[in-house]
Amino acid sequence: MPARIKTWSLITLSLALFLSLWAAAALWVNDNTLPSPLDVWQSLRVEWRSGELLMHLSYTLLRVLAAFLVAMTIGSAIGIWLGMKPLADRLIDPWLILLLNIPALVIIVLSYIWFGLNEAAAIGAVALNKIPNVVVTLREGARSLSPDYAELAQVYRFGFLKRLRHVVLPQLQPFFAAATRSGIALIWKIVLIVELLGRSNGVGFQIHLYFQLFDVATILAYTLSFVMVMLLVEYLLLQPLDKHANRWRAVRV
Amino acid sequence: MPIAGERSVSESRQAQTLKVAIRGRHFQLDHGESLHVVDTLDFCLSPHSFTCIVGPSGCGKTTTLRMILGLDNQYEGEIGLPEDGSVAAVFQEPRLLPWRTVEQNVRLVLPESRQTESLDELFAELGLSEMRNFYPNQLSLGLARRAALARAFVLQPQLLMLDEPFVSLDDATAQRLRKLLMRLWRNHPTTALMVTHNVEEAALLADRILLFSDRPARIVRTLDIDIPREQREGAVLAELVDNIQA
Repeated sequence: MPARIKTWSLITLSLALFLSLWAAAALWVNDNTLPSPLDVWQSLRVEWRSGELLMHLSYTLLRVLAAFLVAMTIGSAIGIWLGMKPLADRLIDPWLILLLNIPALVIIVLSYIWFGLNEAAAIGAVALNKIPNVVVTLREGARSLSPDYAELAQVYRFGFLKRLRHVVLPQLQPFFAAATRSGIALIWKIVLIVELLGRSNGVGFQIHLYFQLFDVATILAYTLSFVMVMLLVEYLLLQPLDKHANRWRAVRV
Repeated sequence: MPIAGERSVSESRQAQTLKVAIRGRHFQLDHGESLHVVDTLDFCLSPHSFTCIVGPSGCGKTTTLRMILGLDNQYEGEIGLPEDGSVAAVFQEPRLLPWRTVEQNVRLVLPESRQTESLDELFAELGLSEMRNFYPNQLSLGLARRAALARAFVLQPQLLMLDEPFVSLDDATAQRLRKLLMRLWRNHPTTALMVTHNVEEAALLADRILLFSDRPARIVRTLDIDIPREQREGAVLAELVDNIQA
């Protein structure tokens, strides 16, 4: 059996086993606190047909995207700067430790209090939660930049952009990949809290709404839908990008 | 206390491509001591000459090269570089960017105005025509060094610096690459300064040899070699080597 078919067979088997266990547990509990997979599927269809699911998924996805871009841009710039400037690193490091240890909830609440219940405050709060992680990851990357390649760029007088594109960024690619993976997973979880606390749309808002109605099936329908979206992002966007960036490693002889 | 050296464009370039007037280079060690690596160095390179710096391991040859390349500025003295500033270097390791193909590595050093130039002839000269699209990790060390030479020569530099470019190669490959370097240097004339600890290599390649002392480096002897390169073999070469080592 070809390896690829074998892998997909195993994934299908694993998912089938998970759904069976879930269905059995739901049957055993026999209560709407644990709906069966079929109940969740029904709720999902209802929400999809009404257009609510697509709309709220879109709002959440846009917030995830915006917060991700802001966090990656600011976090990468600061991280690379700190990795290259030891004095700045020593100065900024305590701030970083402080930010890393402030709970996400506190940043969100303070952001809403200080800047109001608006979109900028919501996205800013999510980004601020993620920025310290990006900074730490990229700082390690910048610290590990090869001085040999820096000297090469200096001798051959590469301009700033050429140096960045051909020398610095390719060396940082594994660190960008790590920050992206952990970033997206963390950001979407924080976006739900931001929506729950201060927005009138999005998956987080809907989960809060159905929590008040004690509708576990719809809560799970929204959750699983967004997990599916994130899986698609992983398999259709991140993994192909990763493969492209690492194509030179694959051909080692 | 060492001061930053002055690097300037040589004013008296009529006769020299490079003027080196270093008054000293000290390294500050962690425990407060100072290591005197380079003493006084005064030399000039004539256009299209091939000069070798020969000296014992750790005597300061590479430090000298790094100062000329601008990678080390903590020296006392002055270094006068070519007017248009085109300097190329071949390092001890090939230093090819592993995420770029051989051709991309070579083209990377070219200015925007020369990006569309055909490199067919240069790659053919170096025996790399079939490997233009290879990544460096697909090349042997010998081929990677050829690619490093291609990257240096494609720039048509006024000054070419080579830091033991054939070190850690087997004798046969090193010998082939020395001949290749000579062919390239004749076809694309440039002023070359090469660091080596291999006396025979210097005797084969150089017009002039600067013999360095033990650390702190200073020039103990300068030898001009007039014997045509094609005659430097067998007994002639052995005598030349003996003369350098005398």
